Amino acid sequence: MSTESIALTGVQETGRPLSSVLQSWITTVDHKRLGILYIVLALVFLVIGGLEATIMRIQLIVPHNHFVSPQFFNQMFTMHGTTMIFFVAMPILFGFGNYLIPLMIGARDMAFPRVNAWSFWLTAFGGMLLYLSFVGGYGLYGAGAAPDVGWFAYAPLTARTFSVGHSTDFWILGLLVSGIGSIGAAVNFVATILCMRCPGMTFGKMPLLVWLNLVMGAMVLFVISPLTAAQIMLSIDRFLGGHFFDTQAGGSAVLWMHFFWIFGHPEVYVLVIPAFAFVSEIIPVFSRKPIFGYPVMVAATVGIGFVSFSVWAHHMFTVGMNSYANSFFALTTMVVGVPTGIKIFNWIGTMWGGHLQFKAPMLFCIAFLFQFLIAGLTGIMLACTPFNWQLSGSYFVVAHFHYVIVGAILFALFGAFYYWYPKMSGRMYNPTLGKLHFWLFVIGFHLTFDFMHIPGLLGMPRRIYTYEPGRGWEVWNLIVTIGVFFQACGVLIFVGNLLWSLFAGKLAGNDPWDAWTLEWSTSSPPPEYNFAQIPTVSSRRPLWDLKHPEDPDVD
Amino acid sequence: MRLATIAVPHVALGKLFARGCSIFVLALCFTRTSLASANNSIPNIFKPESTPAEEIHTISRFTLTITGLIFAVVFSLLVYAIARFRRPGAEEFEPPQVYGSNQIELAWTVIPVLIVLVLFLATARVIHSIQEAPQPAAAVEVIAVGHQFWWEFRYPGLGVVAANELHIPVSEAGKPTPTFVTLLSADTDHSFWVPQLAGKTDLIPNRRNALWMEPHQTGMYLGQCAQYCGTQHAKMLLRVYVDAREDFAKWVEGQKQPAVAKAEVAAGRRIFEQTACINCHAVAGTVADGRFGPDLTHLMSRETLASGAADNTRENLKRWIRNPEEFKPGCLMPAMNLSEPELEAVTSYLETLR
Repeated sequence: MSTESIALTGVQETGRPLSSVLQSWITTVDHKRLGILYIVLALVFLVIGGLEATIMRIQLIVPHNHFVSPQFFNQMFTMHGTTMIFFVAMPILFGFGNYLIPLMIGARDMAFPRVNAWSFWLTAFGGMLLYLSFVGGYGLYGAGAAPDVGWFAYAPLTARTFSVGHSTDFWILGLLVSGIGSIGAAVNFVATILCMRCPGMTFGKMPLLVWLNLVMGAMVLFVISPLTAAQIMLSIDRFLGGHFFDTQAGGSAVLWMHFFWIFGHPEVYVLVIPAFAFVSEIIPVFSRKPIFGYPVMVAATVGIGFVSFSVWAHHMFTVGMNSYANSFFALTTMVVGVPTGIKIFNWIGTMWGGHLQFKAPMLFCIAFLFQFLIAGLTGIMLACTPFNWQLSGSYFVVAHFHYVIVGAILFALFGAFYYWYPKMSGRMYNPTLGKLHFWLFVIGFHLTFDFMHIPGLLGMPRRIYTYEPGRGWEVWNLIVTIGVFFQACGVLIFVGNLLWSLFAGKLAGNDPWDAWTLEWSTSSPPPEYNFAQIPTVSSRRPLWDLKHPEDPDVD
Repeated sequence: MRLATIAVPHVALGKLFARGCSIFVLALCFTRTSLASANNSIPNIFKPESTPAEEIHTISRFTLTITGLIFAVVFSLLVYAIARFRRPGAEEFEPPQVYGSNQIELAWTVIPVLIVLVLFLATARVIHSIQEAPQPAAAVEVIAVGHQFWWEFRYPGLGVVAANELHIPVSEAGKPTPTFVTLLSADTDHSFWVPQLAGKTDLIPNRRNALWMEPHQTGMYLGQCAQYCGTQHAKMLLRVYVDAREDFAKWVEGQKQPAVAKAEVAAGRRIFEQTACINCHAVAGTVADGRFGPDLTHLMSRETLASGAADNTRENLKRWIRNPEEFKPGCLMPAMNLSEPELEAVTSYLETLR
């Protein structure tokens, strides 16, 4: 058999001074360490972004609340959105991709290790720049001025006339810098997957996670470019007197929307495709069956990738496009539902007839399936243009995309954390705490985001720092806010579990899940060189073949 | 020193906690009132009272039915799979390794394609029907201009300028009088949304958008700006009064009159006209012709102040003029620093603008 890559045990780093350990992390070009750095960075921002959300929810718990000022509330939703998309979701997914791709394709590192480090640090500095706005937004004479233009920063609110001081400039620079980092990471993903696969691993034999990250990487190359272009145009408007988006001087507000959403919509798929990737690895292992319809899963992903570039203006159904444009974007948006539906069916097909084990990673994946189903269906409602004229810009939309980003992406991520934590740390997490985290988070999630749909149907627009009593919104907002505290407890238990298990968890061994892909063939955590000997594979599930020589994987 | 710096956030946290608790109790009280409140004050998209909103409602229910069915099917499959194939203990052997099935996969590709096709055709029909609706000769024309943070309504055919509270006639079966609104913006993006009357449409600078309503039921309909437009986006509230035909005619007649000049409030008028008020506000028939803020010629014909932020009472009006930040922190109206007698006089003057 082909995967006899016995890893040597890593040399224990004991007794090294802290400065030396720090230095080794800061200067590292190892894909595993960079992966972990990305993940830690994202977790820090997750806590910050979560606090911002909590502040908003406390403000909205009752009508006419005076918990925070309108100015501060507007900064909070801008920073929350920007942080969660650019400094939580993107880096955390890049982190997992970085860590897992070389291990899953039998490589020793990414194609460009130093570009990898450079990309990480650009992302980190982008985030820091964004947060520096809190102290520098108005220059030195007015501390506490984060951007307040919303995370999609519609023109002309970002023009000098309406956004004085430099808060918007910090926002532009933060995204510009981290965007360059994202492009570096994407180039690395694509090059690594195309060029570094171990002998025998043809495109048809790559684990689905690798395939999906390839699609994601390719998409990032195309989606970040218009965003970067738009940021530069906006800077020209703000600093050099350009008139791209400055409506006071004849610029176009709608032009910005097109630029932003041709980034913004594929971006959703950039985030959700890696989530699909985790689910496509975890469900088979805990169903004890191979993924159902591998070629169709790949085709559906590539299909989603292409179609996602033709749907952006469904964010703009209310800006007064003509009826033909509105019909076209309704059609393309609904079409995305087809490959997405195929994926859901294939995951259920994978579970069908299997031996389901409800360990923490699987629990999160099952919740992912339920929630992604609902998110997809509310997406179909939003794709129906006339329905969208009512729902767009309301709390229904807020609930819908949080269903995607929290209910699908974050749940899949929690699953991924529990699934690969033993590989990354060498130790098992505490399963009881894992289940507690799951149930708290499920309850909190549904309290918050199920009930958040309703005020949208009752006419509550998003981004309002307070609302009028007597419109039927109070009770729903109260429930939504209560859910936040359940989620916060869940996250605390999660972080505590990870930290505690790092020192006190049971040793995991190489392959705690009896899984089938190459990362489980090496030690936990893997040595710096990953594999003592580069493996050779002959199917999609090399470790299955090794464990079941009588019934080898057919592909 | 050190202790002190640590203690500060603790005090703040304690306050926060206390505030949180009181809010929680308050919220529980609110729950009851909100459940008991009358329904016309709830801008429910599923209670349409106007033609485009009704068409949207029909396609919405169709979409909800289809998505509901899909949900029921997939949800049942998922629940069945979880219940049926669950293995709590460790298994000795692996289940049969099934890699896929072309027939099944083809089926669950073709069926969604058909659903999408049907849904799209139904959607396209409604898009066309709403967006391409012809404007009848009897239609009322309104130009709505979005401002940070209020609404300007001009009736070009009728010579009326109003603010924040839009009056339109009810449309009767035999003689339809829909209202066609041209949407413009003076500054940032806004969105006109009165859920029971029509879907929302944005007001975007340098762009002319359109929207129409054809209400069948008189009454007051609530809405508000639905596109983030700046600090006070939340209090850019909107009311549409659907009047019976004769009431609408009466309202138009009243709005056309110039401001009445009453001798007993001449002092207040003088103060109003000699401070910066008139830079932004207009009062027809006087020197005040500012366009930046709402037209005040018939201020007292409105039920609310500050784009719906407060009820239009003498007390509120006075407080609003004294310190606009009290109702709308971050709004663009400055406090004029009037003395208390001046404030009384100006308020009295404004109260005569009916």
